[in-house]
Amino acid sequence: MKPAHRVAIMLAACAGLLGWYVWGVAGLPDFGDTVSVTGTTILHAFAGERHTTNAVTTIVFDYRGMDTLGEELILFISVVAVTLLLRERRDESEDISPEAERAESHPRGSDAVRALGVATVGVTVLLGLYVVTHGQLSPGGGFQGGVILAAAFMAIYAAGNFVVLRRMGPADWMEPVEAAGAAGLALLALGGLLAGGAFFHNFLPPGPVPSTIISGGTIPLDNVAVGIEVFGAMTLLAAEFLNEAGIARVRGRSQDDEG
Amino acid sequence: MSVYPYIVAGWMMVVGLFGIGRSRNLIHMILCLSVVQSSTYVLLLAVGFRRDATAPVFQGIAPWRRAVDPIVQALTLTDVVVEATVVALMLALAVDAHKRFGTLDPQDLRPQRG
Amino acid sequence: MALAPLAIAVPIIAACLLVMGDSLTPRALANAVAIGTASATVVLCALLLGQVWHGTEVFWMGGWHPREGGVAVGIDLAVDPLGAGSATFAAAVATAALVYSSRYLEAVAPMFQALMLVMLAGMVGLCLTGDLFNLFVFFELLSVPAYALTAYRIEHGGPLQGGLGFALVNSIGSFLVVSGIGLVYGRTGALNLAQIGDALAGHPADGLVVVAFTLIACGFLVKAAIVPFHFWLADAYAAAPVPVCILFSGVMVELAMLGLARVLWTAFSGAEGMLADGVGDVLAVVGLGTALLGAVMTFLQHRLKRMLAFATIAHSGMLLTGIAVLDAHGLGGVAMLGLANGMVTASLFMAVGILSRRLGSISERGLHGRGGRERVAGGVLLLGGLALASVPPLGIFAGKALVEEAATARGWGVAPALFLVVSALTGGAVLRAVARIFLGVGQRAERDPLEQDEEGETGEHEPSGAASVLLLEVPMIALLVAGLAAGAIPEVRHAVEHAAGQLVDRHAYASQVLEGRAPPGTTAPPPSTGPYTSSYLYAIGSLVGALACAAAALFMPRTRPLAVLARGGDLVRRWHTGHLGDYATWAVVGVVALGWALAAAAT
Repeated sequence: MKPAHRVAIMLAACAGLLGWYVWGVAGLPDFGDTVSVTGTTILHAFAGERHTTNAVTTIVFDYRGMDTLGEELILFISVVAVTLLLRERRDESEDISPEAERAESHPRGSDAVRALGVATVGVTVLLGLYVVTHGQLSPGGGFQGGVILAAAFMAIYAAGNFVVLRRMGPADWMEPVEAAGAAGLALLALGGLLAGGAFFHNFLPPGPVPSTIISGGTIPLDNVAVGIEVFGAMTLLAAEFLNEAGIARVRGRSQDDEG
Repeated sequence: MSVYPYIVAGWMMVVGLFGIGRSRNLIHMILCLSVVQSSTYVLLLAVGFRRDATAPVFQGIAPWRRAVDPIVQALTLTDVVVEATVVALMLALAVDAHKRFGTLDPQDLRPQRG
Repeated sequence: MALAPLAIAVPIIAACLLVMGDSLTPRALANAVAIGTASATVVLCALLLGQVWHGTEVFWMGGWHPREGGVAVGIDLAVDPLGAGSATFAAAVATAALVYSSRYLEAVAPMFQALMLVMLAGMVGLCLTGDLFNLFVFFELLSVPAYALTAYRIEHGGPLQGGLGFALVNSIGSFLVVSGIGLVYGRTGALNLAQIGDALAGHPADGLVVVAFTLIACGFLVKAAIVPFHFWLADAYAAAPVPVCILFSGVMVELAMLGLARVLWTAFSGAEGMLADGVGDVLAVVGLGTALLGAVMTFLQHRLKRMLAFATIAHSGMLLTGIAVLDAHGLGGVAMLGLANGMVTASLFMAVGILSRRLGSISERGLHGRGGRERVAGGVLLLGGLALASVPPLGIFAGKALVEEAATARGWGVAPALFLVVSALTGGAVLRAVARIFLGVGQRAERDPLEQDEEGETGEHEPSGAASVLLLEVPMIALLVAGLAAGAIPEVRHAVEHAAGQLVDRHAYASQVLEGRAPPGTTAPPPSTGPYTSSYLYAIGSLVGALACAAAALFMPRTRPLAVLARGGDLVRRWHTGHLGDYATWAVVGVVALGWALAAAAT
């Protein structure tokens, strides 16, 4: 289709879609007045049943744990696929020569950025660990904390440079880490089955009241497993994409130097 | 305007879709898809909102306080992760396309016609 | 009792193990683990089918049984015979695909098997789940490995845009589903299908219900490649390696239809106006249009994989027509047709793969007259082509007859005639290819202006050793025989109708899920009487039509009317531009058109 035609058709279709959608949405209860019987039931029941204080995390890892297992697998397999796609297509000719690598290992950029980066890493890791382990008590959880931990890794990249990153070789040891996290969650779910209950049954005792870090039965363990997995996944993704960008930049720079 | 937030979600959806339709760059197209996906998060969270209610986290406050719906927040969390990974996969494909064809324009990807 | 979650967990854990041990496992071990896991899943699902034959059985995850007043706080697996049967079918095709790929793909990383196993887990989960958002999660779980597998072919410069288009259009479909779920949740406050059904029942289907249903339905229709959401499918099939196409064409389309049927019947059928005649009419028009377009495009193709891809689209259109009848008989026909056609198409893909492997080309032009030695593959293609032309009493005929009879009973007399054209064109295309490749008859296919140089999957010559026969040909023959036999055995027809009857019964499903017992007084719908004479006549007609189409393509000189037809065909083909923005545009047009049509029909 000619681009002009396509844009015209899409514009008309979008207008029609919006009108139709608004017509449908008009049937929703007023904003702020929705009543969800399932949500209310869980809100009243979860603290007594699981001794946790964060309803969302309890739903994510207990009431609707199956969704989380599926979602975690999607994350896992998708990152595996990205790694596969990006790594396999990287020819040897794309690799950088030792001279370029040596030239690159002298850091560029200001000392202030590096110092700030180094300082941030420790704090970020600590924050990430806190968010992961306290997920059932305050806002947070495995997913959120895992992403914060991965951000610590990216701070290293921002503070240092690409070659330092490559030497750390995170991709190699991140894959088993990520897989271990994914398997951990699946095994916890299976554990419920083996412990005589249903699949994903919360088979550990709910723990003390008022809630502490070990309250919630299997929920803290699920948090940790998911935290490990998300940390591994996000780090892998960042490493692979940064690898691509870094290789391109170093090659470009070395070609400029030669030419 | 009692359904205004839902209309906002619809607007985001339509803007993103239009962007996909007229895009000349794969990265731009994928980010428009991201906008479309964000519209679903807005819709879900708007559906769960309750007036004069607190967050569904009862640390330090009494558990009988009125709270917003926690289920949609859990759904949004799941949805964010799922959609983000799909975007990551598509970006990897876009990187690959750039390597192979030297371009990010969908028109120049030497598509298979017919 | 725990078979259902195990059937999902087993492939998942095997996939995780395969990824963790990636660098350590030799290829043979990885293949063995994958095939073993898939076979174990078949056994688990078959046992599950036996367990649930007489009634839906419900497994609550985490032990969260529903509360007072029918409030489901947890996620359930509500397994009914159709669900368990579909899961068994999916696992069986996946096993065959894994056996085939162990020989077909030369240098494959264990990731391939892991991706296939995760796709299998997603498929089984989709068949068994009873929760709407969980259905979406499994829907994504089977899609994401599919995107990756389509772009997996790293040796050849296959159309990369196939994977991108697949991911883009299907992601649009996913977002449609989530929007629909959000709207449903806003109205009913529930995510459990049975609970939603109870909440919507008895109330008129107003704008919100119709919009929500259309959004969710469009998501599934994208996956099922219904026009105008279908553009991604041919490109994706052309890009994906053959073992992956086997799984796509054999199972994914059928499961998308199952998902649509499940949502329609368990959640939305109680709303007044949802099952109105108008709704069925709209869906039937879409289905018949899809079938026709798919059939025409099939006949216009000379590249075998794309030909089979469009044949899958035509088949998908027929399935949607069966669902559009909106009763148990139509649904039974859909199940029967899906089972038979899925397996036949899968075996056809296997045959095409063998040809490409051993002869280095997958176009009629490249293979013209060279097929002589490949007798087994040729036999499969011939029988498959005849089956597509719906030769009685083979599998596809039985399913088509059921759908045709249901459609006629509904008042759509034109449906069997259109099905005749569809079968004639799709069967004729395959028969024409067989004649060109194996008998060398007819004019050599002209150089297609739209066709790019498409190499085969590999140029190497695959020797026909014993291992080759076992791993490549046995699964192919097994699938073909199973697909053909499925219709010839009357017990299968009765079983499928029994299963379909259980899916459409919303009251029984809801009370089984939310109260744990079947309601008193549930009666099964009366089984339909065997294929009518009219169905046999239509089948003979389509067989004759197929032979005529093939002969016309092979032998007729280029007369004036043929040239006009060819020009028209060219226009239709050019509509499939391959441009991602075009695909997205047509998808949005489709949602708008279907949305307004259903809104008019249901309210």
